[in-house]
Amino acid sequence: MTDRTVDAPAPRRQSPLIGALKAALLLRESIVGTVGALIILFWVFVALFAGLLAPYDPIAQMTPFQAPFATDADGNFFLLGTDHLGRDVLSRIIFGAQRVLIYAPLATFSAYAVGIVMGLLAGYKRGWVDDVLSRVSDIILSFPILVLYVVIITTFGASAINIVLAVTFASGPGIMRIVRGLVLDLRNRDYVAAAQTRGESMWYIMFVEILPNARGPLIVDACLRLGYTTITIGVLGFLGLGLPPPQPDWGGMINETRAMATFAPHMTVFPCIAISSLVLGLNLLADGMREVSLRD
Amino acid sequence: MTLDMAKRDTVSPDNRPPVLEIEDLNLSYFTRAGEIPAVIDFSLTVRQGEAVGLVGESGCGKSTVANAIMRYLGHNGRIVGGTVKFKGRDMATLSEEELRQLRGSEIAMVYQEPMAALNPSLTIETQLCEVPLYHEPGCTPEMAYRRALDMLAAVKLPDPERVLRAYPHQISGGQQQRVVIAMALLSEPALLLLDEPTTALDVTVEAGIVELIAELSERFGTSILYISHNLGLILETCDRVCVMYSGEVHEEGTVSELFENPRHPYTRGLFGCIPTPGTDKNARPLTPIRGQLPLPHERPDGCNFGPRCDHFDAASCGGGMIQMRDVNPATGHRARCSRWQEIDWSVDTVAADARPPQAIGDVVLKSGEMQKYYPIFDRSLAALIRGRSVRYVKANESLSFEAREGQTVAIVGESGCGKSTFAKVLMGLETATGGELSFNDVDISELPVQRRTPQQLGSLQMVFQNPNDTLNPSMSVGGQIARVIRKFNVESDPVKIEERVLRLLDLVKLPRDFARRRPRQLSGGQKQRIGIARAFAGNPAMVVADEPVSALDVSVQAAVTGLLMDIQREFGTTLLFISHDLGVVRYLADRVVVMYLGRIMEQGATDQVFSPPYHPYTEALLSAVPIADTRVEKKRIILEGQLPSVLNPPKGCPFHTRCHRKIGAICEEETPPNAVDSEGHTIFCHIPMAELRSVEPVIKTAAE
Repeated sequence: MTDRTVDAPAPRRQSPLIGALKAALLLRESIVGTVGALIILFWVFVALFAGLLAPYDPIAQMTPFQAPFATDADGNFFLLGTDHLGRDVLSRIIFGAQRVLIYAPLATFSAYAVGIVMGLLAGYKRGWVDDVLSRVSDIILSFPILVLYVVIITTFGASAINIVLAVTFASGPGIMRIVRGLVLDLRNRDYVAAAQTRGESMWYIMFVEILPNARGPLIVDACLRLGYTTITIGVLGFLGLGLPPPQPDWGGMINETRAMATFAPHMTVFPCIAISSLVLGLNLLADGMREVSLRD
Repeated sequence: MTLDMAKRDTVSPDNRPPVLEIEDLNLSYFTRAGEIPAVIDFSLTVRQGEAVGLVGESGCGKSTVANAIMRYLGHNGRIVGGTVKFKGRDMATLSEEELRQLRGSEIAMVYQEPMAALNPSLTIETQLCEVPLYHEPGCTPEMAYRRALDMLAAVKLPDPERVLRAYPHQISGGQQQRVVIAMALLSEPALLLLDEPTTALDVTVEAGIVELIAELSERFGTSILYISHNLGLILETCDRVCVMYSGEVHEEGTVSELFENPRHPYTRGLFGCIPTPGTDKNARPLTPIRGQLPLPHERPDGCNFGPRCDHFDAASCGGGMIQMRDVNPATGHRARCSRWQEIDWSVDTVAADARPPQAIGDVVLKSGEMQKYYPIFDRSLAALIRGRSVRYVKANESLSFEAREGQTVAIVGESGCGKSTFAKVLMGLETATGGELSFNDVDISELPVQRRTPQQLGSLQMVFQNPNDTLNPSMSVGGQIARVIRKFNVESDPVKIEERVLRLLDLVKLPRDFARRRPRQLSGGQKQRIGIARAFAGNPAMVVADEPVSALDVSVQAAVTGLLMDIQREFGTTLLFISHDLGVVRYLADRVVVMYLGRIMEQGATDQVFSPPYHPYTEALLSAVPIADTRVEKKRIILEGQLPSVLNPPKGCPFHTRCHRKIGAICEEETPPNAVDSEGHTIFCHIPMAELRSVEPVIKTAAE
């Protein structure tokens, strides 16, 4: 008996990282999900090694209006050509990936932080807390989303942090609704009652007993929402409300060159492809995750 | 039960044409983990007008068989061998079109959930008339209506015209299931498949449906395949029975033969797990089957039941597949056991040791006229004008009873009787609206959980009903138990906490390395054991168990109830056992409280409640519970009508609308008195005690 106590392996938790990796490997079973993951990994790789991959400085001005595969008088080769100010399109797309892959996740994460807390409170507390939070989110959601962005950014000015704030403000209520719905179901589980009967605090129950069990649908939604945010940042750039120039920004690149798209389409088309491929990758990944999670 | 007995014995196996012949059926599901055989070497013949029961625990493949007959196997199921013949035609050779003709007209199916089988947006009339209109060319709408009306009368639905006009949600669950059965019978099918048709219903409603099913084959000449996990129900409805285990039939035979002389250790083990009137927690405890059902892809070599069998012998049971063997060729009694001739069946199953009765101490819990009302706010204008904008659901109305140290008190009742509300108030998840509820001499009726001291919380813990819900899926099992220990300050040193977690796992007889597992890696019974370990982690004085075994298979049920009682005995804990299952209650309770619509109808020591004088409701409940014992004879009392709404309970005695012993206007107008005898047996009824005492007992065990 005593030996057994000594020998018995200590209860150890599986590292969450290993758990996540194992779950990620399951994705191999979905072709769609794998393709999505590869596209995203490609952009992450590009963003990480932008300094090494980009042939030129993204704001250096060289020969304008070079077509793809062109070599200018100085002997510079431009794989995707140059824009109206003579900046290398490829280098700008590569550095643009860095920005979008920093700000889109940051904005999504921030929206999730707000949405989750609101959703947990509304779904778990019910009563007037729910009424107030739900009405507030209804009001925000009743605005056309683009108008909301324009109002916020023009009021507070175009900067990276304000883009994050605007996205949080606009998509937080949507996330809150999803979380609230999940909590309404989960709060009636017996393990929540068990936690209540041992006198756990509200925050412990919300964040330890309920939230981890809502993660499945939330992860899929986060993937999709990351795609929307990427588009949003592009749209804001296109409307001139994005990151201030001359920093490379995919939406901004399209905006600056769209008037010239008829005679130099490459300046507009390549940033468009960059945005859509990233969004497509995120959507495929979300589809794949849903597919794998539904499979028996 | 007596009514079918005579019929059963006259069944001789070969004089009627077979309707369904299944031969050597092998069926597999193809999943991520590879091919999983779900049904192995399955043979079954159902003859015309015969009712065959298919019984087994969850995951044994019984529903898969039913789906295979209809050829509904989903995208990943496939028949890999054998044939299914319906009226001599091989189902595998039929085209989709021919199958569609067959389904619903020749073979009909009734599922567990009536609401899932009915379309909520169409009236019953539309749904019923559709059947003859679709399947019979030349049927006019008038003929279809007449047929539907007649059929509803045949399934004993009161006021069929009204039911035809109704939408499914406007009738009760029992009535819905009768409508589904009527729909299935409308096309005069040759074969009716019933897949757990009463599992979702209350026991008094179930009794009516069971009676109906038992008459069906006689009245309509329909063959029935009745799938159930409940041996008692099979006994009441079927002529022959097949016992399935882990994808195989392990024994088949006529009902009387199989129930009286089971010739397979598994069948016998099952009977040992079911509480019948003869069992008693102290003198004749149940004998659980050890171990658990093997997963379909981890079946043992040789006999599937081998690892759990007391008669396992490596030489004869160990290798290869065990074939079905004839026990009595004349009646078709067969068993898949290679040692059935060697086993001495006259020896009782290894009866668990008799235990001394538990010592009963002081009063721990005292409920005095406790009541719990839930307000319902009606915000309509009409309600405002009438000044009646708040109505109350009287979930608990003046509940008075006591529980003593070391005692097991059971609260019994059907859904909506308020038994779970009482548990919530007791646990502090709700507060009472009136009366008192004292626990260890402190009134806790208005003390919500947030205001209770850690000590009060720790001494009153709960075991929950649903094994899949009771544990947090994203936390390790050990972590969840450790949290309780820390929370109630039983230990604070991490090493000691861990030690105590491991000791608790020993206590509930689970391996120590389970501490690191996640709930999804555990079976239902194992999860429920962890739930028990968690409840006992804080050394509680009282444990509330809300239907702790009703979601478990019988063989696991016996083990979990046994465990609960062992732990209770060890710590002298008071157990409040909430259940709808009178069989389990009779087996383990010391005192029983019977509730109906928020009120206590009867309470007393278990023996007193289970023998006359009865409250008429207790009497009806007792008669409704199926008992898997051929020696038991029951009086049949089928309650009329449906359970009234708690929002609008009947005046006077709440039971008068369904009571079979109603004595007159007094029942409708006056609240009955509580008649108490000297030993504390209380009956809430207008009928004089002397008259109730003269009632004949519901259950009689034939003398042997």
